[in-house]
Amino acid sequence: MSEAASRTKATQSIVVEYELPDPPEKVWRALTEPQLLARWLMPNDIKPVVGHQFTFQAAPVPGWDGVVHCEVLEVEPCRRLRYSWRGGSDKIQEYGARLDTVATWTLTPSAGGGTHLRLDHDGFPLESFAFTAMNKGWRGKVAERIAQVLAEAA
Amino acid sequence: MAQAATSESGDAKADVFRALADPTRRAVFERLAHGESTVSELQAGFDVSQPAISQHLAHLRRAGLVTERRSGRNAYYRVQPAGLTPLIDWVDRYQAFWSDRIARLPKVLKEMDE
Repeated sequence: MSEAASRTKATQSIVVEYELPDPPEKVWRALTEPQLLARWLMPNDIKPVVGHQFTFQAAPVPGWDGVVHCEVLEVEPCRRLRYSWRGGSDKIQEYGARLDTVATWTLTPSAGGGTHLRLDHDGFPLESFAFTAMNKGWRGKVAERIAQVLAEAA
Repeated sequence: MAQAATSESGDAKADVFRALADPTRRAVFERLAHGESTVSELQAGFDVSQPAISQHLAHLRRAGLVTERRSGRNAYYRVQPAGLTPLIDWVDRYQAFWSDRIARLPKVLKEMDE
C-alpha cells in the first residue's frame, strides 16, 4: 500500500493541508479572532494565549451538548497554534463519541505571498491505544490488513 | 462535527467504542496485537484475575475485535483488525469535517478585505 494510505489508515491522525493566497498574518487572524473563526468553523471564544480555555459550540446531538472544550497549548504568532480538543460523550459510539485530542495549525509562507496551512488533529483512539504502543512490524501488518478490509468493503 | 453528526447508532459497531473505552481491555487488546495468546498467558501480564481477563476477552469478542480459536483444551485469542473499521470510519468523518471547513476559509479571508 502507498505511504499516504498507510499514514491515514494506520496512525489515525488527521492531516489536512491547504494552499491559501493570503499571507500568514491574515490567515492567523482567521484562526485566532473569534468572530472570524466562527465564520468558517464554529462559534467560539478563542484567544491566542497559552493556557486560555475556550469552547467551540457544535450542534448538540442526543447525549452530547455539542460543546468542544479547548485549551491553548502553544502560540507562535503567524506560525503555529496548538490547542486541546475535547468533547463528545461516552454514550455516543460514533461521531460525537468522546474525544481527547489536540489540534495543531501550522502556517508556512509560500511562494507568491500565500500561506501553506496545515492542520494536524492527533490523539484519536487508534493512534493512542494501539499504534503508538506497537512495534513497527505489527503496525505495518495491521495497516495492510485494514487496507485489505477496506478494499473488500468498497 | 456539527454537520456530520448523525443519528445512526445502536448496531454492532457501538460496542467497539465501549470495548476500547476501558483501559484494561485496551491493554488486553494491545497485548493480543503482538500475537495469539491464551487466557493464562495474557493474565500473566496483568494485575487482574483470570475470570476478569476472560470477561474482557468476551467483551472484545462481542465487539468483533478479537476472535477465539479452540484447540484441544485450550482457547487461543487473537486480534481481528477488521473490527477496528468503525473507528477508522469515525476518523475519516472527522477528516471530511475539517476538509469541508477549511475549504470555507478562502471566502472568509476574501471578505476580510471588504
